[in-house]
Parts: sequence; C-alpha cells; structure tokens
Amino acid sequence: MVTEQYWFIFLNATLINNFVLSSFLGICPFLGVSGKISTASRMGAAVAFVMLISSVSAYAIHQALVAVEAEYLQLISYIVVIASAVQLVEMVIKKFSPALFRALGIFLPLITTNCAILGLALFQTNRHYDFFQSLSFALGAGAGFTIALVIMAGIREELQLSSIPDVVKGAALTLMVAGILSMAFMGFAGLGGN
Amino acid sequence: MSEERIQSEKMEIFLKGLWKDNPVFVMLLGMCPVLAVTNSVINAVVMGVATLAVLTLSNLLISSLRKLIPGQVRIATYILIIATFVTVADYAIKAASLEVHKALGAFISLIVVNCIILGRAEAFASKNSIGKSVLDGLGMGLGFTLALLLLGSVREILGNGSFAGIDLFGPNFQPLTLMILPGGAFFVLGSYLLLFNWFKHRKEKEQRELEAVTFYTGEATR
Repeated sequence: MVTEQYWFIFLNATLINNFVLSSFLGICPFLGVSGKISTASRMGAAVAFVMLISSVSAYAIHQALVAVEAEYLQLISYIVVIASAVQLVEMVIKKFSPALFRALGIFLPLITTNCAILGLALFQTNRHYDFFQSLSFALGAGAGFTIALVIMAGIREELQLSSIPDVVKGAALTLMVAGILSMAFMGFAGLGGN
Repeated sequence: MSEERIQSEKMEIFLKGLWKDNPVFVMLLGMCPVLAVTNSVINAVVMGVATLAVLTLSNLLISSLRKLIPGQVRIATYILIIATFVTVADYAIKAASLEVHKALGAFISLIVVNCIILGRAEAFASKNSIGKSVLDGLGMGLGFTLALLLLGSVREILGNGSFAGIDLFGPNFQPLTLMILPGGAFFVLGSYLLLFNWFKHRKEKEQRELEAVTFYTGEATR
C-alpha cells in the first residue's frame, strides 16, 4: 500500500502531470537546450540531480522554519539553497567533463532560475509531503523533465532535415510541437488508477 | 533642445518594453507564467501587475545600490532583493483576494525565477540611473502584462465563452475546451509568435525590394 503510494507520486510527476508539458515549469531550458538529443539528455540529468539535492534540502529547511515560526523566510532560503546546489553541480561537471560544461554553456548557471526546481520545492511544501514522498516526487519530476526534453530534441533533430517555410522556423514551431506533445501527454490522465 | 532630447530618450526607454523589445513576444523571456496562468483574464492581469510591481521595485533598489554591490556577488544579491519583493507581493495578494491567490498557486512565488526580472536587473538597472531604471521596469512590466492579457483574452473567450468572468455568447456557445487546457497555451502563444514573425518577414521583404529597386535604377542611370 505504502510503496504503491510512492509509485503513484512518481508516475504522476513523470507522466500525468509532466512538469514541462502540463505544469509549464522549466520552459526556458525546454525551448533553449532541446536542439540535440545528446545535450538535452545531459541537461536533463543535471537538472534531475539538482532537483534531488534541493528537494532534500527544502524538506529540511521547511522543518527548521516551522520550528522557529519564520515561514515568511521560505522563499529566500529555498532560492539560496538552490543557487548553492547549482554552483556545486557546475564545479563537479567542470572538473569531470569540460566538454559537457562547454556544451551546456549559459544554461548551466541558469538552472538556478529554472522554475522547475523552485516549483518542485514549493509544491512539495504546499502538498505536505513527508520525506520519502518528497524524494519520489523529486525523482519523478526529474525523470519527467528529462523525458520531455529528449522527446522534443528528437523531434527537432528530425525537423532540421525537412523543409519548412521561413516564417515558421524557430520558437513558433517549437511551441506548436510542444502543444501537440502536451495533448499526447493528456492521454496519460487516469493512469495509476487513483 | 537637450531637455527635449532627454525627454524623448526617456520615452523610448519606456516604450521599447511595450513593443519593440516586448519581453514575451520578442525576447522570449518568462515563458512559464505566460503559459501557466493565462487560462483566464483575471488571473493573467493579477499576475502581470504583480510582476510589474516586483520588476519596478527591484529595478529601483538595485539601481540605487549599484555602486555598493560588489561585482562577484551581484547575482546572489539581486536574487535576494527580488525574493524579498516577491514575498511582499505574495502576502499582499493573499490579503487582497484568497481566491485569486489559490488560482495562481505557486506561480506568484515563482516570480522570483522569472528571467525578465533578473535579466533587467543585470542588463539595465545595474548600469543606469534610478529614474531610467524605474521607467525601464514600468515599460517592461507593462509589456509583460499586455502579453499576458492578449493570451488570456484569446484563451478565455474561445475556451470558456467569457471575458473576465462576463458571459459573452449566451448558453448555446460550444466552448473549445482545448484552449484552457495546457495544450491550448502552447498553441495560442505559438500563433502569436507566428504573427510577429510574419510581420517581421514582410517588413524585411519590403526593405529588400526597396533596395533592389534603388539598385536597379541606379545601374540604369549610369
């Protein structure tokens, strides 16, 4: 019963209420880094990792803030923790894979201002998730973000080979494709059997 | 004369956010709230005004502190300033209308990570005088609100048959439900971008044709 509940939270964040395609979180990297599958999947992995760290930290911070009755500091402390987590990931990637560091470019520090991560921290607080629920929520959200990014990158790689009118090229076409993807993901509603 | 020029320069700073450098349609910044809260006109306008207020106030504070903030920690300082104003806006909206606060949900808090605000702080407020920064904040904020309003009107009229809660077409209207679902947001924003692209292309084409004509006549006279 309990494991079922964690599985449902995971599935819900990954497919049914996909962070990008139905909650509109993390649209900027979704439009910006979805040009190539290899970059997109690595970006997804980086975001998923930051999500995991910040979800755990946000849980701890929320407990601490409730204990000292200073909930109005929630937003400020969350954003500071996320910024530090991103800094950490940036240092690790720079050390172990300079090529990936260059490929991600400006979008790596911009993970800080990725609403998906702050959104995750705020959602898990609003929904009163306990520690393990938060953990499965973070894993699901990270997986969902990566899936959406990789699917989009795959479609855009194909689109490069087809001839499209000049007017449609760029963000407009990407948004239209995202709309169709979003409709496709609506088909997952009802999955998990409530 | 110079007085006039200063006046027109200020006007330009204010107006460029509305149209030429519109944050949503031209610069493609702050897409998340644009897509997420535009399922009704009221939500869109509240979100726009909240962003406008946060943007103007943070521009004001950042530009007045711009000589005191050390370069290495500037981004962190900006985010702290922005987060403070967003917390204020969050509590203000909660006090004014609990219903709207519920409808917007976490997206008010998410103004913190709206790229427009940090972008303007870094690109404009950190380099310009207080007056100009406030004007820039107002212009960009109004441009953002305008974009939200345009999106919100289309989605509410088509998806719900109403405008700001007022019924427009009577009971026989068959709403296009897709428009208030997530997919509709992508389609409507995509269509607006198409429209903007089309305008831009037509203008460029006219320009090219004009150049070609002058080139041709120039050759002929020689």
